Amino acid sequence: MDEVDRVIINGLQEGFPICERPYAATAQQLGLTEAELIDRLGHLLEDGVLSRFGPLIHAEQVGGGLTLAAMQVPAEDLERVIEQVNAFPEVAHNYERDHVLNMWFVLATERPEQVGTVIAAIESRTGYPVYNFPKEEEYFLNLRLAV
Amino acid sequence: MNAVLDSGRETPTLDAVDRRILIACQAGLPLVERPYHAMAETVRIDPDDLMQRLQLLLARGVIRRIGVVPNHYKLGYRANGMTVWDVPDEKVSELGARVGALDFVSHCYRRPRHLPLWPYNLFAMVHGHDRDEVAGQIEAIRACLGPDCRAHDVLFSTRILKKTGLRFDKGQGGAVERSV
Repeated sequence: MDEVDRVIINGLQEGFPICERPYAATAQQLGLTEAELIDRLGHLLEDGVLSRFGPLIHAEQVGGGLTLAAMQVPAEDLERVIEQVNAFPEVAHNYERDHVLNMWFVLATERPEQVGTVIAAIESRTGYPVYNFPKEEEYFLNLRLAV
Repeated sequence: MNAVLDSGRETPTLDAVDRRILIACQAGLPLVERPYHAMAETVRIDPDDLMQRLQLLLARGVIRRIGVVPNHYKLGYRANGMTVWDVPDEKVSELGARVGALDFVSHCYRRPRHLPLWPYNLFAMVHGHDRDEVAGQIEAIRACLGPDCRAHDVLFSTRILKKTGLRFDKGQGGAVERSV
């Protein structure tokens, strides 16, 4: 990653224009050509430096259910439970964390009322309780990351 | 941005075309000179109509933003800590706003406690190049909370077990902002 990549990542975190030639408009502001910007974005996505580029949807606004949930799973049972939990298509991200609650995952359902159903299904499939941590209030979402 | 989100909070109605647009968004913005025209072709509507609808979806907060999603890890932010805090319920909104404003905090939420296992009601995600940097960030949050911090902890992820991106619909995932 070089200085141009940094300029692109910092410059394109929000506010990408909606117009006929948005890359041309943005490239001009960043001191690049349209072709150069498109090419660089392609490489940054290919290399995984960027996980995405484009419109980002606000899940609650489209009527979906979303929550964070955690489980306490003994080490000897962890691999089995990982497999069972990951098999649910509603489980979007799942992380192992260094805590008594050692598995944390994000549940995304098409409708809000399905969150409870999926949690109950995971509990019955794995035999362990699922702790639900729904977002009760959002204070700030810092979308910018300086690189 | 919050004002925009608040004004759109009464679950906006999306028509069938809006839904087709949001599904098309999941593939990302096409990397071609006229990306909205390419997207309009996929959705099979007029490009001007598509751009107008995108503006509206953005204004209503259905689309949070149009831009890049950097991969923290690839950018050298190797230590991503979920810091959790036990603060008085009656002050959590005020304290959450203060913690959320710190520039190394990317997400800050109130979540329920699960006593006795889990006494924490305030979650703040922080990102550092290593755990020492995160330790400094935790100290800064603690200072910011002052005597209202009754207990705290930090959870580092030790393994990614699944990462498919959130699905908005039956399409390929990933377009939904991870604001859980």
